Amino acid sequence: MAVNYSAKEDADGHPSGGLGAAGGGAAKTRKPDNTAFKQQRLPAWQPILTAGTVLPAFFVIGLVFIPIGIGIFVTSNNIREYEIDYTGIEPTSPCNKCLNVSWNSTPSCTCTINFTLDHPFESNVFMYYGLSNFYQNHRRYVKSRDDSQLNGDNGSLLNPSKECEPYRTSENKPIAPCGAIANSMFNDTLVLYRIDNETRIPIHLNKKGIAWWTDKNVKFRNPSGDANNLTALFQKTTKPVNWPKPVYMLDSDPDNNGFINEDFIVWMRTAALPTFRKLYRLIERKNNLQPTLEAGQYSLDITYNYPVHSFDGRKRMILSTISWMGGKNPFLGIAYITVGSICFFLGVVLLIIHHKYGNRNTSADIPN
Amino acid sequence: SSSLLRKARFYTSCLPLKKKDSKTRTVRSNLLLPGPETEKPKGSPLASNRLKTTKYTALSFLPKNLFEQFHRLANVYFVFIALLNFVPAVNAFQPELALAPVLFILAVTAIKDLWEDYSRYRSDKEINHMECLVYCRNEKKYISRYWKEVEVGDFVQLRCNEIIPADILLLSSSDPDGLCHIETANLDGETNLKQRQVVRRFLELDSEFDPLKFSSVIECEKPNNDLTRFRAYIIHTNGNRDGLYKENLLLRGCTIRNTEEVTGIVIYAGHETKALLNNSGPRYKRSKLERQMNIDVLWCVLILIVMCLFSAIGHGLWVWQFSEKKKPVFDVPGPDGNYLSPVLASVYLFLTMIIVFQVLIPISLYVSIEIVKICQVYFIHQDKDLYDEETDSQLQCRALNITEDLGQIQYIFSDKTGTLTENKMVFRRCTVSGIEYSHDANAKRLAMYQEPDSEEEETAPKGVTLSQRDSICSHQSVKAVHRSQSTKSHRRTGSRAEAKRASILSKHTAFSSPMSTLLKLEEKLTYSVQMNNNGYSAQQEKRAIESGPEEGELRYEAESPDEAALVYAARAYNCTLVGRLSDQVSIELPHLGTLTFEVLHTLGFDSIRKRMSVVVRHPITDEINVYTKGADSVIMDLLLPYDPRGKHQKKIESKTQNYLNLYAVDGLRTLCIAKRVLSKDEYACWLKSHLEAESCIENREELLFQSALHIEKNLHLLGATGVEDRLQEGVPETIANLRKAGLQIWVLTGDKQETAINIAYACKLLDHDEEIITLNAESPVSRSLPDGSVQIGFASFCTPSSSAHSKLGLVIDGRTLAYALDKTLENRFLLLAKRCRSVLCCRSTPLQKSMVVKLVRDKLKAMTLAIGDGANDVSMIQVADVGVGISGPEGMQAVMASDFAVPRFRHLEKLLLVHGHWCYSRLANMVLYFFYKNAMFVALLFWYQFYCGFSGTSMIDQWYLIFFNLLFSSLPQLITGVLDKDVPAEVLISVPQLYKSGQNMEDYQPHMFWMNMIDALYQSLVCFFIPYFTFYDSDMDIFSLGTPITTIALFTIILHLAVETKTWTFFHWSSCIFSILLFFFVALVYNASCPICYPPSNPYWTMEKLMGDPMFYLTCIISPFIALLPRYSISLSMCTLVIAHPLYILFVLELR
Repeated sequence: MAVNYSAKEDADGHPSGGLGAAGGGAAKTRKPDNTAFKQQRLPAWQPILTAGTVLPAFFVIGLVFIPIGIGIFVTSNNIREYEIDYTGIEPTSPCNKCLNVSWNSTPSCTCTINFTLDHPFESNVFMYYGLSNFYQNHRRYVKSRDDSQLNGDNGSLLNPSKECEPYRTSENKPIAPCGAIANSMFNDTLVLYRIDNETRIPIHLNKKGIAWWTDKNVKFRNPSGDANNLTALFQKTTKPVNWPKPVYMLDSDPDNNGFINEDFIVWMRTAALPTFRKLYRLIERKNNLQPTLEAGQYSLDITYNYPVHSFDGRKRMILSTISWMGGKNPFLGIAYITVGSICFFLGVVLLIIHHKYGNRNTSADIPN
Repeated sequence: SSSLLRKARFYTSCLPLKKKDSKTRTVRSNLLLPGPETEKPKGSPLASNRLKTTKYTALSFLPKNLFEQFHRLANVYFVFIALLNFVPAVNAFQPELALAPVLFILAVTAIKDLWEDYSRYRSDKEINHMECLVYCRNEKKYISRYWKEVEVGDFVQLRCNEIIPADILLLSSSDPDGLCHIETANLDGETNLKQRQVVRRFLELDSEFDPLKFSSVIECEKPNNDLTRFRAYIIHTNGNRDGLYKENLLLRGCTIRNTEEVTGIVIYAGHETKALLNNSGPRYKRSKLERQMNIDVLWCVLILIVMCLFSAIGHGLWVWQFSEKKKPVFDVPGPDGNYLSPVLASVYLFLTMIIVFQVLIPISLYVSIEIVKICQVYFIHQDKDLYDEETDSQLQCRALNITEDLGQIQYIFSDKTGTLTENKMVFRRCTVSGIEYSHDANAKRLAMYQEPDSEEEETAPKGVTLSQRDSICSHQSVKAVHRSQSTKSHRRTGSRAEAKRASILSKHTAFSSPMSTLLKLEEKLTYSVQMNNNGYSAQQEKRAIESGPEEGELRYEAESPDEAALVYAARAYNCTLVGRLSDQVSIELPHLGTLTFEVLHTLGFDSIRKRMSVVVRHPITDEINVYTKGADSVIMDLLLPYDPRGKHQKKIESKTQNYLNLYAVDGLRTLCIAKRVLSKDEYACWLKSHLEAESCIENREELLFQSALHIEKNLHLLGATGVEDRLQEGVPETIANLRKAGLQIWVLTGDKQETAINIAYACKLLDHDEEIITLNAESPVSRSLPDGSVQIGFASFCTPSSSAHSKLGLVIDGRTLAYALDKTLENRFLLLAKRCRSVLCCRSTPLQKSMVVKLVRDKLKAMTLAIGDGANDVSMIQVADVGVGISGPEGMQAVMASDFAVPRFRHLEKLLLVHGHWCYSRLANMVLYFFYKNAMFVALLFWYQFYCGFSGTSMIDQWYLIFFNLLFSSLPQLITGVLDKDVPAEVLISVPQLYKSGQNMEDYQPHMFWMNMIDALYQSLVCFFIPYFTFYDSDMDIFSLGTPITTIALFTIILHLAVETKTWTFFHWSSCIFSILLFFFVALVYNASCPICYPPSNPYWTMEKLMGDPMFYLTCIISPFIALLPRYSISLSMCTLVIAHPLYILFVLELR
């Protein structure tokens, strides 16, 4: 205190001694303002948990959650889904011969799996490939990409980010697209046929519209220049080590080639969990009279290039219709139903307790 | 225990004497010719008068501030983690981004420091540029200079009402008696004026003081911080040496009052002045809750290490399962193309995990706690119930960081005088030569105390005051202008309670000297003489009083209220003190007219002697008399041992003792007055040794003490006085309520046992149905005997059978306390004291007080609070966990040493029961919530490690991860930490038992940390696995999974707080809603801002995509429900249980 006294203070008649100085003026006192805020008397709501407030809450939650749960559950159950594991672990599997395929094996191994759909798939069908025990979310794997290269930055194209190491350069040429994610891109080819009277009718698989719109149009771009001549644009780069062909030869359609190839974009969106599926193709419904996929015999031709056996991975092909809630997953519906039921149950228990014991307490209070 | 002076003296004597390294300072006039360089002493230069309290300069701010901040271990830890991010092998986040929170926290603290330093700089500058008159050799006159230009050895001239710029030795004063009045409110808060004296030899100068002729050398001690001591001597050109005292020194920061002009030489300047040396920074105390919290922070560190180890081992195993040849494509080799060995990989991962899980150690915890405490202090400040109208003072929080300790106090140690009582002394009774007189007028006035109080103050016009001052204050040749100024200023500062009270009786001010205790003595002397000589009867006295008020023109200011009481009382009997100079006292006696006594010496009070004396020369008889006043126990021992007057004297003694006991029973403060007539030879002999003692620098206190012992013996008892000290308003109720709250109240007082017991009964500390154990050691002569008796006392009450006495009161006196505090007995003493409902320690010294507090604090591991108002309580206030000062009339020492200062004792009730409870419960809940929040958030990341090969991936975007604590979840918890009220104030006051929750640490017990951890574990499991199962085997990418998890976690965390919040105000609602909206806003903007930035993560358009997906909303709704269902159910069943709880019934009753 002794240091910070000041002449001003003294002149105003407020010695910093602290005892208080009403002085002659008396207008200025130290009395705190009597406001609700300063006196901590703000209007407040004090939730007192009584049977009256809690019981209805439990019942309401139960009544709201159970129908929602049933709704989700039913929706999920109405989704048609068919899944084929074509890894070929079982010796009987047609793909067993391709089990030990490696990245560079030529010619590619092919196998065909026949299957039967018992129920027709009415609406649009999404064709997925699924991988299991594949850690696309490994920290160093996730980092191993260069977003500015993929965004068409010419500088990054020729000088990719260090994050891509050791898949940054190959034979002294920058890799495009660089990094481990691109290098390990899924490269099996799946073709679907409907077997109608022993004839194989190919089903049209739409390869566009499977990626996020923003990825396709904003995040991923080919290097600037003549879009029709991708070969020239990628001239000074080399293909990723594991790829059979360079990035500008992924597709013939110039709108789906290079970095904006949708299969590539889908792959680059790294999956959250080691068991995942990625959208491969769309099967659009042709008309309202016919289901997209009728019940019957189908066959799946697989060009088996992608090795997963070494790390006990599995590969699947999934056909699925889709609803407002995405793919088939009964979990959330069950969760809602369970929680709703528990709330309802708790409500009932509390009601009983309240009736049995609550009255006694209130009556005990009254004589006081 | 009342006189401030006595207390101050006590401290002086307590100080260890300086080592005899004979390092003194030599001060010469700067005006001496020639070449000041040769004159100045070599070695360290003397400090200039420039004030510099700033810590930093523009250049040194950054390094110095950072250096200071890095003294906090937590900061070093966070910087270490941020730097770890720059190592490519282990980094988890974008390195620059990881630095952000640390930098933010550092910046906030730095800005706070900078702001504080800047305001210090500004106040420094203002003070440095104040002007004063300094003598200039060239111009041969005083010219105006800035304060900062003043140097040691300069001559400074000061006018009335100027502030003293440095420590100045007073050489000349316009006052004919060489006096100078100063106000020391800036130093110690005392508003009465103190006298300072011109150095004796300069007083004798005939002509005006001329600085040019000053050639003496001043030899003084090195600068020190003792305000009450100045040891120096001045060597004149002729070789004579004169001692200098603190009465010669004008201290920096004080204000000149009532003196037209003074001149002096600067002795200490700038930072070497006593005022600045005394200015120690605020004390840092660590609260109990914080200590407990730090243990849990360590637990968090342990949990963090375990989690990291677990992950590291998991990762090692995961890497190991893929043999070298079968490396999967997703296991990326190092930059050189080689795969890491499992061991190396797990070592790297361990470090990565520390970065990822760093949130577990809450970086914002300390900052948040500080913010919350500042707000709590603000609200305590603003409470109008803690404001005292009468003194216009409010509660001051001097320690900002122990608010929550107020809610956990178990023991209160209270002073009596001025704390429980008003410290407004009223003279009630006296006994002279064994005959008792009562002073009934004061009893009547006591009843109508308040009314005249305010009226008188207003109806007193300034002019009247002035003219009356003129007539009586003859020794003050003050010019009109200055006088009016000084009067005005004095009115201003004097308009406090004490002054008001004084103005009831008179309008005139006679300033007491620093040795004003003397006043009392003088009065006593004349009083007793008068009564002896004239044989006044009680009836006559009464008549005299009736005429008293009309002629009451004097206004006394004494340093201690009971002195003033005695002087006023004496005046009522027409023995009026009319003048008081440092060496003489003028007293108007009814039959003799004005007598002027020459005061030869004053032997001040100290707590060892417990008395003070004055040596005066009687003007008529020319006798040299020693008058001593002091505690009866001391005076009685000093009386003439072999009595020449035989039985008569013996009778007086026993009668007086008898009356003293009666006074004490009535709760009066007693003092004995005794006298000794010295013969000329005796005096001359003593004088010689005394003067030697006075002029000594090194051992002065010691020698003066010896000298006093020499003269204070063979006394002749005159009589005794009884002064009443009223209880403060609301004290019994407060004590009763605090007791109900489970607080043990001990009263530690310097008063005598009977008085203390009486006051204790009056304030309901002791009950009449209580059994009182009184411990008095009989004899001070042999130690073994009292030891034995105490032991017997202890032993008999320590037996379990005595537990039948539920109500025990313990009274112990200082002498016995000294034995009880002995190492061998302290445990027994505590055992006994613990059994008692109340403990009363009488006649205890300040040191004993602090020892008692320390004993309880350390041995019983209890939270202690000490409350007191005087300098004798300072040590106890400092020792206690929470020190409370009462800003009463006894000066500011107690307040300066305290953590909280309250105007009244009764304010303690609301401070503890309401604010203490709130602060504790708020902070405890907040700290627990903090641990929960961080653990729950980090556990989410931990669960994810099971699904990413323990590779350290975080599915939560780095931005969310880093700013979650700082931005999204911080505001609601701060609001709750500041504003939540678990129980309303009225209920806390009316049901004091609720306070026990704080004492028993019910809101934050060690197991609660673990309960919260388990709850966090459960909630994080829910928050992670519901999205996990919902999105299992789908095409969700990492951040499309992480963003819903973050959202769910945020909802859960905020709803968790909502369940914990007891009272909802507008601020709670809005902060919760604001936080959630802020999260969505930031997420949407961030996710839309840049498609290629922020490597390695890039959540472009994730939030936008998710918000178009109904599954996102469905998961976000159900997960918090499931997560909070157990906690909600438990708090629900707690509520139902509480209904049957006795407190709840009280609670309900109060609400009706």
